[in-house]
This record gives sequence, structure tokens and C-alpha cells, in this order.
Amino acid sequence: MSHAAAAGHPPTTTGLDHRKIAIWAFIGSECMLFTSLISTYLIYKGRSVTGPFPHEACNPPQCATALKPILNIPVTSASTFVLLMSSLFMVLALAAVENKGKPGWGKGDGWWGLGSSKLWLLATAIAGATFLGFQAYEFTSFVHEGLTIRTNLFGSSFFTLTGFHGAHVTVGVLWLLTLLAIDIKRGLGPKDALIVDISALYWHFVDVVWIAIFTLVYLIQ
Amino acid sequence: MSDHPQTGSHEEHEHPTWKQYKYVAIILTVITIVEVWVYYIPAFVATKLFVPALLIMSAVKFAIVVMFYMHLKYDHKLFRALFTGPLIIAAATMIVLLFLFGQLSISAG
Amino acid sequence: MATAATAPAHPQTTSHPQTGVWSWLTTVDHKRIGALYLYTALIWFLIGGLEALLIRMQLQGPNGRLISADTYNQLFTMHGTTMIFLVVMPMSAAFFNLLIPLQIGARDVAFPRLNAFSYWVYLFGSIFMNVSWLVKAAPDGGWFGYTPLTTYTYSPGLNIDFWMLGLQILGVSSLAAGFNFITTIINMRAPGMQFMRMPIFTWMSFVVQFLLVLAFPVITIALVFLQFDRFFGTQFYQAAAGADPLLWQHLFWVFGHPEVYILILPAFGLVSEVLPTFSRKPLFGYPVMVYSGILIAFLGFGVWAHHMFAVGMGPIADTLFALTTMLIGIPTGVKIFNWIFTMWGGDIRFTTAMKFAIALVALFTIGGISGVMHASPPADLQQTDTYFIVAHFHYVLFGGSMMGLWAGVYYYYPKLTGRMLNERLGNWHFWLTFVGMNLTFMPMHWSGLLGMPRRTWVYDSGQGLEIWNQMSSWGAYLQAVAVIVGFWNLWRSRSRGEVAGHNPWNAPTLEWSIPSPPPEYNFATIPTVTSRYPLWDANVPAPTDTTATTAKEKGIPMPNPTIKPLFVALWMTLMFSSMLLIHKDMLTAAVIGIITFATLMTLSLYSWLLTPLEDAH
Repeated sequence: MSHAAAAGHPPTTTGLDHRKIAIWAFIGSECMLFTSLISTYLIYKGRSVTGPFPHEACNPPQCATALKPILNIPVTSASTFVLLMSSLFMVLALAAVENKGKPGWGKGDGWWGLGSSKLWLLATAIAGATFLGFQAYEFTSFVHEGLTIRTNLFGSSFFTLTGFHGAHVTVGVLWLLTLLAIDIKRGLGPKDALIVDISALYWHFVDVVWIAIFTLVYLIQ
Repeated sequence: MSDHPQTGSHEEHEHPTWKQYKYVAIILTVITIVEVWVYYIPAFVATKLFVPALLIMSAVKFAIVVMFYMHLKYDHKLFRALFTGPLIIAAATMIVLLFLFGQLSISAG
Repeated sequence: MATAATAPAHPQTTSHPQTGVWSWLTTVDHKRIGALYLYTALIWFLIGGLEALLIRMQLQGPNGRLISADTYNQLFTMHGTTMIFLVVMPMSAAFFNLLIPLQIGARDVAFPRLNAFSYWVYLFGSIFMNVSWLVKAAPDGGWFGYTPLTTYTYSPGLNIDFWMLGLQILGVSSLAAGFNFITTIINMRAPGMQFMRMPIFTWMSFVVQFLLVLAFPVITIALVFLQFDRFFGTQFYQAAAGADPLLWQHLFWVFGHPEVYILILPAFGLVSEVLPTFSRKPLFGYPVMVYSGILIAFLGFGVWAHHMFAVGMGPIADTLFALTTMLIGIPTGVKIFNWIFTMWGGDIRFTTAMKFAIALVALFTIGGISGVMHASPPADLQQTDTYFIVAHFHYVLFGGSMMGLWAGVYYYYPKLTGRMLNERLGNWHFWLTFVGMNLTFMPMHWSGLLGMPRRTWVYDSGQGLEIWNQMSSWGAYLQAVAVIVGFWNLWRSRSRGEVAGHNPWNAPTLEWSIPSPPPEYNFATIPTVTSRYPLWDANVPAPTDTTATTAKEKGIPMPNPTIKPLFVALWMTLMFSSMLLIHKDMLTAAVIGIITFATLMTLSLYSWLLTPLEDAH
């Protein structure tokens, strides 16, 4: 696996690949990004002058017409579950790539079976896209119910926070589809485990951020 | 993809097993169900336990995904440092900001 | 063991197979990228200095009418923004690039193309920000852009748009570089180069990279909120919607305070290299210097609201931040003592680099003392928004960062170019700078305590401010002369400087064990390190390659030059620039521009990522 003896390249000091270190540093940085967004959401919680509100109704005279609380917990719970499952699929995709060709794993070339990296990469991407679909549905229904990014502090902070998260998911989905394309074109095997691992770390992190958002935005009132 | 300075062997460390991955997925699902469930119990929501309970549950989910799916438990200690340092700074910053804006009080509102 | 006794007759040629503009545009060599950062930063230094000169001319006498109030606002905003983001940070980046791989015994950084990308983003971002002058809409809300002044209601022109977008672009540069150097320092150290053997400059730089990657996301979000408010009508900073006017200030300073440590720590690192060499003594208290640097960075995240003592946060918040602020003075002060003890009993050589380094120790101390005075909220209530603060931060940023950076320039110019800077000219450069700087900023302590407000284009006569402002302005003119002398030295020495050998200063660290300028591949053989001062402990064998050879001839694989990072940087800048059209009522054009450039950027990025870094070997 390691060809450190190859001409010219000194081995890395830690024995780890540069890219894995870089992605963890990136994830650390993203913690601060999402902390700023989440903090702002929580700072402005309960301070919108006008509705719609996340968990409370808004009645005249504060609102022109009576507005129900706008968050849809059942639907968001479903999308949260989908995203959670996508992390499982990602883990399976990585395992399939790492173990391809090993005894008990088969060649993993096809589209079916536990050992099919193509299957699990696709499943992760589809789950991610489904999550985005749920987001799109949520955003459009909110707009219909009178909440846009401009409407009030809640709208501004909510759409910006979840929008940034959704943008991260989108990048992740594109990343996964790129890996899938490479898998289809030339196959991904154990030697590619690192790049799949890195995309997995990114993907799980995006999931983990949603875990925080789901609780802090949707469940806590 | 581009060639890079060589890593040491990647396989040597422990791996979560299949059973563990399945367990993790099940635990995550169960906790999520519980979270949503308690949301619909108005009596519980009204108590002072509601927010801490939710925070703890999501913290557990967070930790499980990070430790197992993201492998942090099994990987080189360096990654743990690279992640927990920023996480601590982020959490502290958020807490201080919330305090400064009056959203956190000693007597939970 | 390598001495300067017999310097070669000609400087080592760069043994670079490529010359010409294209080789510079496609370079992924960290040494060249460092040079690019340095030269670009020095140009912006002249611009930022010009902005300062105009300010001082306006303020030389009471009720000046040299420039209008509006222009004055643009000048002080751009002076601050330029000096911080376009000069000090990039000069530090120049040294990160030049030195870090050499000091740790590596051949390049972890991600050479990302490194080039960081530079091009800086260049294009800096140009973008300054294009605003050409359309008479330079940023005018202060370098800290407080809302609600910078919201659309109160700043409807393009000025703040340039500022916001410019900073977003520049932020990408810093973040990318941060990930690069973190990985490089962790993962590319030569055998035996344990963390506690690394040169202090590398240590301070390491700490700074973490500050960068953790602080910049916060200002990114603060700016996103401002962008969204200005472009899309969101409510983040709109008081009428219930928004808190302090949100911006808090988010900005959560970034802003770590930022000032980003500005000073590299200079501290450079001084920690220069002082031991010219005292012929190891650095006093190396471990403490490391730990204090780490502590400063960590604590630096906990002091931000000391910039807000006058907003009414309440006694608890004020007290807590006052305490943390006073606390952070301790590790900083410790460093000052360690530098003094380094020199104590040493065999001092007063080269120009040494003079600049000693000046940092003295002048930063003065700035630190006024800083500790601001740490007390009651005292700060008098000092804030006056020239007393201006005095403080110029002592720490100019007397601190710039002096340290000049020390670095004089010290490392031979390594970068193969030639020495002239010591006579350097002496003039130093003294003119030192006297000029003190003449400019020392009086501001007085004008500040007398109540002269910041950011105000005129002051009235009869308030006792005239004498101090006269002194400050003359100090500025003196500094202008100093700059001319210094730049003349830089320019002239390129071809007429005395040829430097490997180690003209008889310095102890790895970068001095290779030719000047270094060959493409840095080290013919990666050294094995057994001490903190490899060259003083004679632990690194004398370099055996005295002929200029290319990496190819030596069989060392190096990354291929490529134009792709430049293009990704260009498309990204143009994408952000398109957003300017939004306020020109050209929304469709803006959208088309954004989508087009985003697409081009993505395609170029794919092309970059799918191209191998090096030829297969």
C-alpha cells in the first residue's frame, strides 16, 4: 500500500495523507462557520417583530391575518431521518471501496449487493437529493404561507442558516456523483479508499450540522 | 487522481465492525424518534428538563456520528485534536454570544 | 558549519528551468509565490502609505480643506483596510511561503496549486477592492464597517459593496492558505524535526493558521448577513425589524480580535529568528515562547468585546472581558522578557535586521502598555474613539508588525535573492522609520487624551491639538522619506547587492543550509534533524551541491507548473464582482454574470482537481 520508497518523495511525518489532515482542519473551520449562523438564529429567536413565527401562532394586530406556527415537524423529522440514513449509506460505500476484491466481498463491480460501491454511492446521493427535495418543498411552502427571507428576523436567519446547510449538502451530492462517475468509468478500489474517506468525512459532518440544526431550530421552542 | 506523498499503512487501525455500524444506525434512529416524540408531549415541553434533554440527545447523536461514522474514535489522535479544539472554541463563542444577547440566563426562562 | 567566509562570486542562479512572465503565472513553487506576495504587498504598502500621507496633510492644521469629508472617509477606510489585509497579512504570507518549507526541511508545501491559488485570489481581490477608487466609490465605512452605517439605507452607494465583496474574496485566500500550512507543518517536517525543535517563526505561523481558519468564517458570515441585507432585503441589521445593532459588532470582533494576533504573531516569529542570530545566543526560553504563543491564540478568542466597552453591555460583560484582556497581556509580556534575556550577555551585531527587531521589542511594549490601559472599561470610556487608540494600534501594528516584517525583509532578502541589502542604506531606512514613526504616533497619546476624535476630517482650532498634529504630520513626511530610502535599497540591491552565500549571518536554522537563492527542490537530500539549532550544533552536513542543477537532473519529482489556479481565482473574483451590478439596477446582468462565472469557476476547478500534481513516477 505505501510506496514510500518510491523515488523522491519523503514519507509524511505522521504517516497520514495530507488530504485527510486538510479535511479535518476544514471541518474545524466549518464548525465556526455554522456556529456563527446558529448563534445568530438563536440570538434572534423570539425577537421577530412580526410573524410568521416558528412555533407560535401570530394573531392580529401583530399580523394582518392569523398565521399558524410555520415549522412542520413531521415533514422535517422525515427529512432528518433520510439524512441520517444517508450517513449509513456513506459508511457502506466507503466499506465497499475499502474491501473490494477481498475474500467474502466479491469483486464489487456490479450495482447490487453489500459490496457494491456504486450502489451505496448512488444511494447516498439519492438520499442527499431527497433531503434537498424536502428542503425545497419546505422553503416553497413557507413562502406560500408568508415567510420569506425578508419577512422578519426569523425568516432571514432561518433561510440563511438552512440555506447554507443545503448548499453544503448540494456540494456533497455533486461530490458523490463525481465519485460515482469515476467508479463507473474506471472503478474505485482500495487504493481510492482515501478520497472516498474524505468525501465521507465531509458528508457526515454535513449530517452532524443538521443534527444540531434540527434540535436547536425545530425542536426547541 | 493526483499522486501524493505516501501515507503509512491505512488499514492498520481498528475498524468499527458491521455490527457496530448497524447499532449506530439503530441508536441514531431511536434517539431521533424519542426527540420527536417528546416534542409532542406538551407537559414535558413545559418543564425545565425539556431543553437540556433535547440538547443531551442531540449531543449524543453528534458524538456517535463523529466517533463512529467519522471514525474519530479509531483514528490517529491528531484528528481528535484538530476537531475538538475548534469545537471547544465554537461552543464557547456561541455560549458567550448567547449570554451577551440575553438569551441565556442563570435562571432558565 | 557553513560559513559566510567565502561567498561565491556570483549568486546561485535559481536553477529554474523556466523564465519569463508565463513561468510566474503558472508557478507552484512556494519560493516564487512568496516573492509574489512580497512584491505585491510592497506596492500596496506604497498605496496605503499615500492614503496615510493625505490624511496627515489634511490634519496637519485645524480646519483643513485639502480634501472633502467624503474623501477623508474613504482614505481612512482604505488606509486601514489596505494596511491590514493587503500589506501586513500578505507580507506575513510571503514569509510563510518562503520560510516554512525551508525551516522544516521540506521541498514544498502540502498543496502547491492551492498555494498559488491563494496568491492569485489575493492579487485579484486587492485589485477589485481598489478599482473602487476609479469609480469614486472607495469603501468609506471604516475598516470595521459598523452597521447600521454600512446598511443600504445609510450607505446606498457602491462603496460598501466593494468593501464587503472585496473582503469575502480575500477571505478565501487566507482560508485556503491556512489549510495548506496547517497540513504542511503537521505532515512535512523532516525526520527528527519534532514540534519542539521547529524554529519559532514556524511555530508562530502554525498558531496563526489556526487563528485564520477559525476566525475568518465568522467575518464571512457577518459579511454574508450584510450582503443579504444590502442585496436581498433581509433583516439582520435592520433595527425596525427588531434586529440588534450590536450583532455586527460582536461578529466582527469575534473575528477582529484574533485578526490582530494574526497580524502580530508572524512578526514575533521573525524577531525570534533575528535576535538569537545577532546575539549569537539561542533564544531564551524556547518552550515558554511556544506555549505563550499558543496561549495568546487561545485567549485571543475570548477578549473580543473589549472593542465594545462603550456600547453598554453591562457590568458583568465588561468585567469579564476586562479580565480576559488583562490576562492576555501576560503571555505577551513574557515574550518581551524572553527577547531581552536572549540579547542579555550576547555578542550583539547591530545589523539593520537586528535594529528593526530590537525596535519591535521596544515599540510593541509601548503599544502594549497603552493597550493594557484600554483594558480597563472605565479608562477606556475616555480613550475609546480618540487618537489615544490610534496611537495604541499604530504602536503595535507599525512599531510591532511592520518593524518585525522589515527585520524579516532585511534578514531574508539574501536568502530569497542571493544578494545582501545595503547596510548603510538600511541604517538610514531604519532610523528615518524609527524617528518618523515615533514622531507621528507618540503625540497622538496627547491629542487623544485631549479628546481629538477618530475618523473625523477636521478639528477646530483652540483645543490644544495643533502642536500634536503638526508633529504627527511631520513624522509622516519623514516616514515617506524612509520608505523611499528603503525601497531604493530593495531595488538597487537586486543587481548591486553584495553576493550572499548560503549563510551570510551565520544563522542556526535549516533554511541557511542551502544555497541562496535556494534551488527549485530546496534540499538535495532531506536532512535529519537532531537539535533546534542544526547549523550551530554542526548537525547538518555542509551542502555538497554547489552547482545549480534542476530537480529533473537530480531525479526529484516536483509539481508541474499550471495556470489553472489563476483561472479559478479569476473566475471567482469576477463572480463576486458581478454582484456589484445588483445595485446598479442590473439584476439580470448580475445573475447572468454570477452564473456564468460560477460555472467557469466550477469547470476550471474540476480541471484542476482531475489533473495530477506531478508527472507519474
